[in-house]
Amino acid sequence: MLDLINVSMTFNPGTPNAKTALSNFSVHLNDGDFVTIIGSNGAGKSTMFNAIAGTFFVDSGTIKLGGQDITYLPEHKRSRIIGRMFQDPLKGTAPSMSIEENLALAYLRSGEGFSPFSHITNRDKQEFREKLSLLGMGLEDRMKQPVGLLSGGQRQALTLLMATMVTPKLLLLDEHTAALDPGTADKVIQLTKEIVEKNHITCMMITHNMKQALEIGNRTFLMSNGKVVYDVNGEERSKLTINDLLDKFKAGTGQALDNDRMLLS
Amino acid sequence: MLYILKTALELGFLYAMVPIALFISYRVLDIADLTTDGCFVLGAAVSVMMARAGHPILGIPLAMLAGACAGFVTAFLHTKLKVPSILSGIITNTGLYTINLMVMGWSSNQSLLKQSTIFSLLKNGLKNSKAKAFVTLADWYAVILSGIIVVVFALLILAFLGTRLGLSIRATGDNLDMVRASSINPSFTITVGLCIANAMTALSGAMVGQYQKTVDINSGTGIVVIGLACLIIGETIIGRRPFFKGIIAAIIGSIVYRVIYAVVLYTKVLPVEFLKLITAIVVALAIAFPAIRKWFAFQGKKISHANGKGGKDNA
Repeated sequence: MLDLINVSMTFNPGTPNAKTALSNFSVHLNDGDFVTIIGSNGAGKSTMFNAIAGTFFVDSGTIKLGGQDITYLPEHKRSRIIGRMFQDPLKGTAPSMSIEENLALAYLRSGEGFSPFSHITNRDKQEFREKLSLLGMGLEDRMKQPVGLLSGGQRQALTLLMATMVTPKLLLLDEHTAALDPGTADKVIQLTKEIVEKNHITCMMITHNMKQALEIGNRTFLMSNGKVVYDVNGEERSKLTINDLLDKFKAGTGQALDNDRMLLS
Repeated sequence: MLYILKTALELGFLYAMVPIALFISYRVLDIADLTTDGCFVLGAAVSVMMARAGHPILGIPLAMLAGACAGFVTAFLHTKLKVPSILSGIITNTGLYTINLMVMGWSSNQSLLKQSTIFSLLKNGLKNSKAKAFVTLADWYAVILSGIIVVVFALLILAFLGTRLGLSIRATGDNLDMVRASSINPSFTITVGLCIANAMTALSGAMVGQYQKTVDINSGTGIVVIGLACLIIGETIIGRRPFFKGIIAAIIGSIVYRVIYAVVLYTKVLPVEFLKLITAIVVALAIAFPAIRKWFAFQGKKISHANGKGGKDNA
């Protein structure tokens, strides 16, 4: 489904600040894979996401999604087939526009069949209402309200809905529950699981919660210094404990996982 | 009094497209577009020159087209060549000075003498009409025509902002990250927005040019600040939310500004030359208002904090 082949990316090349974030990075995802990704700060997790989403073009290598070479496809065109969520709930929605208008924008990703001069129809509204009611947050009765009035958790749930409204080929979740309180985070994780399973979306999720990393999905990457140092799935994964994971990390990188947040959770 | 009101309505409607344009660029797209001054003169120049050539009506859409081109240049500099938006506007504005002279046949002003304008056409039409009601309306021809044009374009823009393309443009000014993630090309939406905004500015220039029967190379100076003042006055009166109030605010603000202008002009409480300075101060204060309020709140906090300590430090 997703192939990164020998992808390299260096920031600020030729300066004292040069930082090689990815070097000869290769990864293959099967259709329907749900990969959780853990790794210390600066391991290249977000850089990998940015490379896939097209925030920048990589120095070398090839990125393929569903057989299509997207290495040099601009970000806004990739977003038609790639859904993405960030840690910051403010990033995914337009605050001064209403819930309804935000959803209409997300709908644009389906591309075909929309005249740029068409308005939101009643049929669209009906569909938005149905989808919103799936979130179980009562947002379907607040469709005319500006998104800026929603709480962080509500905004993140709405962003999830928007990112998956037109089923993407790939969903990138960058610690999308890290800024939420535990209860809301659970709710958003539940919704994520439901939506991903129901629509059979290939998904990658960065998390700092080790327990979550092993519980959700079917595959886990441990990343360090721009490389996947441990890639586990199937039976081996189901037997893994958090301590195993820490050991694997030490074995793979020769150093302990240096992230307090991760150990505590 | 009626005369003051009439003048204010006339000028208010004639200039109302400028605050509407600024509503699109400054409020919706969140870009301070300084193309406005030169673009206004460009619209006036094109429309007056067309009227001189005997095509007053055709002059209006052509002026808007010219304005859209000016907006396109600014947008191109900003989106493709990554020039900061304010600088893009200033660069285009500077270039437009020469373009405007060129349009005006390398002369710094041009006048219409006996040639008909859209206003004279309507005035004569009303005067010669058989219905008596129309004849009495003939005195208000400028208010009627500019009012209709402004209302029609305001409605068109409102309808447009509700379309999918319009929503994309609004989102561009609201959350750029989200726009990219929604498969919208922000360069495209900024370009469309700036073209529309500058077409509206040029429309205003085109109407003013034919109404005053003259165009001067410097007639656009300060138009952007006056437009902002109108927008802010209007928003203070009728509010900013929901967003479509902004367009109504632009029109109301423009009329209120011209009422103030007319009152100053006729009562002579101040020399008219002061108006630009006052306008500048009003705009600066209005935009600075949140910062000023914060500063006062902070000072208040400091004072109450000092008092709370019981003056121990000072004693």
